[in-house]
Amino acid sequence: MNKIESTPGNFILNEDVQWTTVGGVKVPVELITPAWPDPFLDVEDYDPDGDLMVLNMGPQHPSTHGVLRVKLVLDGEVCIKCVPYLGYLHRGVEKLCEKLSYVQITPIVDKNDYVSPMTNELAINMAFEALIGAEVPRRARYIRTICAEIQRVGSHLLWLGTFGLDMGGAIGGGGSIFMHTFRERELLLDLFEDLTGCRFHYNTHTVGGNRHDIPAGWADKATQVLRVIGTRLVEYEDFVRDNHVFRARTVGVGIIDPQLAIELGISGPVLRASGVDVDLRRDQPYAAYDEIDVAVPTETGGDCFARYLVRVAEMRESIRIATELLTGVPEGPICSLKPVKLPGAVKAKHGRGVYTAIESPRGELGTFVVGNPERRQSAIPYRCKIRSPSMHALQLLPYLCPGNNISDIIVTLGSLDPIMGEVDR
Amino acid sequence: MSFENPWVHGLVLGLIIANVSLGVTGYSIWFERKFAGRMQSRPGPTVVGPWGLLQPIADVLKLMQKEDIIPASADKGLYNLAPPLTVFFVLSTLAVIPVAPGWIVADLHIGILFALALGSLGVFPVWMAGWASNNKYALLGGMRSAAQSISYEIPLLLSATVPIILADSFRISDIVEAQLGGHWFAFWPPGPGMAAFVLFFLCSLAESNRIPFDIPEAESELVSGVSTEYSGMKFGLFQLAEYLHTFIISLTAAALFFGGWDGPGDNDGFVWMAIKTLTIFVGIFWIRWSYMRYRSDQLMAICWKFFLPLGLALVMFSALWVHWA
Repeated sequence: MNKIESTPGNFILNEDVQWTTVGGVKVPVELITPAWPDPFLDVEDYDPDGDLMVLNMGPQHPSTHGVLRVKLVLDGEVCIKCVPYLGYLHRGVEKLCEKLSYVQITPIVDKNDYVSPMTNELAINMAFEALIGAEVPRRARYIRTICAEIQRVGSHLLWLGTFGLDMGGAIGGGGSIFMHTFRERELLLDLFEDLTGCRFHYNTHTVGGNRHDIPAGWADKATQVLRVIGTRLVEYEDFVRDNHVFRARTVGVGIIDPQLAIELGISGPVLRASGVDVDLRRDQPYAAYDEIDVAVPTETGGDCFARYLVRVAEMRESIRIATELLTGVPEGPICSLKPVKLPGAVKAKHGRGVYTAIESPRGELGTFVVGNPERRQSAIPYRCKIRSPSMHALQLLPYLCPGNNISDIIVTLGSLDPIMGEVDR
Repeated sequence: MSFENPWVHGLVLGLIIANVSLGVTGYSIWFERKFAGRMQSRPGPTVVGPWGLLQPIADVLKLMQKEDIIPASADKGLYNLAPPLTVFFVLSTLAVIPVAPGWIVADLHIGILFALALGSLGVFPVWMAGWASNNKYALLGGMRSAAQSISYEIPLLLSATVPIILADSFRISDIVEAQLGGHWFAFWPPGPGMAAFVLFFLCSLAESNRIPFDIPEAESELVSGVSTEYSGMKFGLFQLAEYLHTFIISLTAAALFFGGWDGPGDNDGFVWMAIKTLTIFVGIFWIRWSYMRYRSDQLMAICWKFFLPLGLALVMFSALWVHWA
């Protein structure tokens, strides 16, 4: 068993891989498969005798990460067709955005990706700022970037815990991983509590900057916490990466063809684990990412183990970025606009649309906003569309599940890291 | 009606041993929860009684109060029969395992075969529960359980054959007596003895559906496997059977491979048997809270490609060892 070393700043890139180009993007040759499973397979053609079992996994199931329902057609225990059904957590966020004013929307979108709420705020406020033409002060951009990176660490920690649960159950080794990652996540939530007063739904970003400034001593505390988590990540490698059962369950399971992934619009760690080197933090920098180098970890395995490696490497990189930025937070204002007193304080007086995207822990989180030119409606967006990376990731399921048994389907689903709040919105 | 009468003897000892085992099992759940809590950097049960010591009693009371739900489409007879039957098969195994010199309910001359046979009968109630529940998850769990138990039966029997050959008897008390004076079969013959113990231990884990071989239960995939539809004390009986099985594995392994009550100093009481049993018991917990679960096809591959040849080799080795040594 080859041991893979991953230390901060030194990323795992298999040099022996042959590369090819798909749609202008470099991808590893060995992951390109000649044919994908047919997601619209006619079950009658497959088995005219009708000896198959239809299993509705979810919406109440311990491992569907929320209220996802997956209809599986099983031949024995092997899946031959998989149909994901979305929408059980649909709350009409996009419609709500057409009724609420720009400053009222931030706390609503917090609940979309409820594992890393602040990235939602960042995404939607960046879109509003681009629409209105508001500048963000440098200090606010730094705080946003630091928060986004700490949120990424917290999100990946939660993913690691639940991924363990998927493989080992709540009562067993998986539960031990879960408890340990939650211990670390708790430290991060404490940091956000100090910063914003809230542990989860912060409402801290606003159009033109932030609401909450860094309190005294927070930078030192955050650096300390990030250092502690960096050392704990090393402990996880013994517990998870070098665990024989973990490897047996993840290596070679759920291999994603990068060509298919690009066609379906997959982004984030799932795409990077298939060898595609795309990261919006580096490719189209926003907030303060243009002032810092972002190393992008990629893997060429394309399987669940590669996705695990990419996420752990990303945690390391995020810790490094956040620690580095914390040392040089510039002085100055944290919001370029006047403090908001009334819901209608921020107005877009034109009907143009803008699209902005950030790299959330799950991939490209895009927001498309159209302003309302009508004078009485100018504080309310005409249309607000949120492009969530989890929803695109779930579209992989009909291609990944056929030919696998239930155990592998659960692990594959977990490795995609879907957040149903974000999928259904 | 003297104590020499096998009926009286069996009844009295059987009652004592069964009740003590049930008590130990109940408190092993408390101990496991404490142990798991420490492994997961949390305290475990603390609320009910001092150090949460009354937690198992509270758990049982809670389970008894729960509504007993029988699904409308279930096969009622089989559905109700399965949980008590699992406990029955597991508990009957205790009859042939000596816990101290003379402390055995029925000293059968085929004791070890009896114990293994009852252990393998345990697959029937599990499959019954899976079929009678009329639930797809339970059905899949039952199928997995049947496949797993039947496969692991063979290496389990082969590994138990090693002490049988070395002691030249099927009677468990004879096997223990052959080890008296420190000739424990786990260490003598050195190497293969330990290999036989490890094989026996792992196959027993698979037999009792413990992690990393708990694929019939697989709560992340099959919700709760065969016990998905069960509620209240029927669910409790499945849990009881699982823990009791774990306890009996530890007891059997201590008797077959670690010399039973043999040990330095006082070696005609329960002390050494209890110490050895509990050590193996804690080892099982430790494994459970550190490992994840194998996939069912990997489980079968381990059994047929690795455990079975190893078991055959060990049996052949022990035969040659007895022949020449």
